[in-house]
Amino acid sequence: MASNLVEMFNACLLWVTMILEDPSARVVLFGFPIRGHYFLEALLGVVIVILLSQKSFKPPKRPLTEQEIDELCEEWVPEPLIPPITEDMRHEPPVLESAAGPHTTVNGKDVVNFASANFLGLIGHEKLLESCTSALEKYGVGSCGPRGFYGTIDVHLDCEARISKFLGTPDSILYSYGLSTMFSTIPCFCKKGDIIVADEGVHWGIQNGLQLSRSTIVYFKHNDMESLRSTLEKIMTKYKRSKNLRRYIVAEGVYQNSGQIAPLDEIVKLKEKYRFRVILDESNSFGVLGCSGRGLAEHHGVPIEKIDVVTAAMGHALATEGGFCTGNARIIDYQRLSSSGYVFSASLPPYLASAAITAIDVIDQNPDMLVKLKQNIALLWKGLSDIKGMSLTSNPESPIVFLKLEKSSGSAKEDLLLLEKMADLALKEDSVLVVSSKRSFLDKCRLPVGIKLYVSAGHSESDLLIASESLKRLASELLKS
Amino acid sequence: MITIPYLTAVSTYFSYGLLFAFGQLRDYSRLLFDWWRTNNLQGYAPICLAHEDFYIRRLYHRIQDCFGRPISSAPDAWVDVVERVSNDNNKTLKRTTKTSRCLNLGSYNYLGFGSFDEYCTPRVIESLKKFSASTCSSRVDAGTTSVHAELEECVAKYVGQPAAIVCGMGYATNSAIIPVLIGKGGLIISDSLNHTSIVNGARGSGATIRVFQHNTPSHLEKVLKEQIAEGQPRTHRPWKKIIVVVEGIYSMEGEICHLPEIVSICKKYKAYVYLDEAHSIGAIGKTGRGVCELLGVDTADIDIMMGTFTKSFGSCGGYIAGSKDLIQYLKHHCPAHLYATSISTPSAQQIISAIQVILGEDGSNRGAQKLARIRENSNFFRAELQKMGFEVLGDNDSPVMPIMLYNPAKIPAFSRECLRENLAVVVVGFPATPLLLARARICISASHSREDLIKALQVISKAGDLTGIKYFPAAPKKQDEEKYGIKLD
Repeated sequence: MASNLVEMFNACLLWVTMILEDPSARVVLFGFPIRGHYFLEALLGVVIVILLSQKSFKPPKRPLTEQEIDELCEEWVPEPLIPPITEDMRHEPPVLESAAGPHTTVNGKDVVNFASANFLGLIGHEKLLESCTSALEKYGVGSCGPRGFYGTIDVHLDCEARISKFLGTPDSILYSYGLSTMFSTIPCFCKKGDIIVADEGVHWGIQNGLQLSRSTIVYFKHNDMESLRSTLEKIMTKYKRSKNLRRYIVAEGVYQNSGQIAPLDEIVKLKEKYRFRVILDESNSFGVLGCSGRGLAEHHGVPIEKIDVVTAAMGHALATEGGFCTGNARIIDYQRLSSSGYVFSASLPPYLASAAITAIDVIDQNPDMLVKLKQNIALLWKGLSDIKGMSLTSNPESPIVFLKLEKSSGSAKEDLLLLEKMADLALKEDSVLVVSSKRSFLDKCRLPVGIKLYVSAGHSESDLLIASESLKRLASELLKS
Repeated sequence: MITIPYLTAVSTYFSYGLLFAFGQLRDYSRLLFDWWRTNNLQGYAPICLAHEDFYIRRLYHRIQDCFGRPISSAPDAWVDVVERVSNDNNKTLKRTTKTSRCLNLGSYNYLGFGSFDEYCTPRVIESLKKFSASTCSSRVDAGTTSVHAELEECVAKYVGQPAAIVCGMGYATNSAIIPVLIGKGGLIISDSLNHTSIVNGARGSGATIRVFQHNTPSHLEKVLKEQIAEGQPRTHRPWKKIIVVVEGIYSMEGEICHLPEIVSICKKYKAYVYLDEAHSIGAIGKTGRGVCELLGVDTADIDIMMGTFTKSFGSCGGYIAGSKDLIQYLKHHCPAHLYATSISTPSAQQIISAIQVILGEDGSNRGAQKLARIRENSNFFRAELQKMGFEVLGDNDSPVMPIMLYNPAKIPAFSRECLRENLAVVVVGFPATPLLLARARICISASHSREDLIKALQVISKAGDLTGIKYFPAAPKKQDEEKYGIKLD
């Protein structure tokens, strides 16, 4: 059986070979006899070539036609530019009719003013008014140009030199707006890829600067040194390898949003251990803390060279406008060309710069203003210590006295409305002007909201008494539940 | 559009290449000679890497004395420029007590309010005595005085919109307002040569940014159509809103924006228009109301009008004008309004008084005179410069005129030569302008008299001959024309 199959198979094979060989049995091409199997291989080769030359199937690309684009443009409906205005947006602030000193006039009535950050009472000081008047007569109001193009007036250079002398730093640079100081300084030094460790309660100017710098930002718990230490530890283990990675800690001297004071000595210890640089915003502590008003460094006994960059807005203790940044010469020089708020913006009006010089002279010659301020803060704390429904969360030495709600209603918006009502009633019934927290939707700070009072060295004891009595009464009325 | 002559482009590239090569050589030799000196960084990362400030150290420091010149008088038509000396090859400059009286063609003093003014300054001093230099408080707390309220009304009426809000700094106005109006999911289409403050505000808002070719409405239309049809990147959802940002006068080109065409395109595609009139408010238009008045555009068509007070009003600060609802919304949410100290009260009074002078409400016609004078001065100066053969940019009626320099060596040469002849000019190079297109920028003021301008023209012509910047052939002189006229007779 098997042998039969084999025989049949062999016969078939012989038959196929003969058929293939037969047509060309006598063909001789170029001296080579053509065998039959070459035809099969040639056929296979042709099939392969045909397959390779076929294009692979792609779904056809169909760009939008002109008519379709026009239709889409017709159909598209944009959102309105602004959302509809609600009632709470129509709230009007009080309009002052005289200087914003410790006493001011609103609607013809004399009110006690705790809403101006006039910590040393320099608003209305005759020496400042004198120097402003002479500067106005000599230079006019505006400086008509950025610092690089004939906007540098000699009072600007004198002001920078005076600030450096007062603080004991090599050099300073003047900005024309308090808020722009921080959001111009930070993007100058921090670029994409750098690491910034910032307090979660910093104000909007700093937040905007951090966002514009495009660096990696890590927040630590508000004024909590343990949280700062653990954050720094985590970062150093994560990014151990890059030598050229710049690292910064950003903090404020006295926090605008809560009135706490940053413990600079501990921050400096941590900074030296982990090799970070410190950027400190001393807007509310310059001219206030320390026995001669030189700020947070003097208050904690830290030499000023240990802080790399110090910025401050002059619209608080110095009673003028604008801001400055101070530090070593290399840092300040670099800012003169790369800081966008300095290069692309007009310089500070010269009369405000001369007011700043006079204000620093006054602070230098009268350190007893600081003593009076400390006494006033202590008196106010005593008066507000037994207020019901709110608690004092600011530092006892800070000039911003912050009262937060003990029981929040859960929604920030409700709290803000309640506090606004309280501030309005304080103005209307007791003629006391206080500040209720305001939050823009752009602000990322999530600290508790409350009532702020800015204490000034110009307040008298009776002013402080009126304020504390008024707040205690309103708190017990409005916060009954 | 500026078309740079071929030979000039080659020589400019060569000059920059040479400067770059020498700078690198110096850097290498510094590395070689200083390698044994330990740096005192002690483990801290360097604040600035070598290549980041290469341009500042090797190119900018050589010509540093042309920039940041201090003055010791008001920025008026004639100004006292303080002389500076350097002991270490221009790396640091020290002030001396010598000053030289120069004609000022560099300050933004378009209507001449930059110095003591007989109507404005007494009122400013009065308001200083009443309200003091600052309110030390933000607008919503205790920073709104009756002067601020009056100022906002006054500005709104002047600009031609229902309401306005004022901020203490022009740069901060843009940076703080744009994020409030538009956020993620929106589209900002801005002109390619817009100011840094607009770019920063747009970046801070989180919206997508697209750029259209400078002052070309047809390209704007193309970009708008494409973007609306495509939608948001990757998800292709439709855009939430689109804002087109343009400027009235572009400060580096002196060109006036093609506003009517842009506004009609934006109306057709339902985009919002944001007009930044930093240089044009108070300087152009019959009553100084800016580019809308000059080109005949109805102010109700523009959704957001922004401007600054630094240039034409001799003060500081910026404003936004729009519908009442818009301004109410901004007052409630804008961070500059909620957190920043309010504009200084004497500065606010200066703006109110300046507007009163311009509109003639002070009882004299000084305002109309100033506006006529600045237009005459600008047109005269521009025509004369072009006759001499300089390459001058910008449109007629615009008080800003850039003169092209191109080569990097001509920047300090022109500036120093003019200063020697007591003429103070502004020169601009990279990075404020593109690398090849360095220029000198002239800003005309209403307080310049005809003699001042003629003297300035003589000095500029002399300096131009010395530095070789008369790229165009000079127009034939009048005497030749008369000669031919007589011959024909």
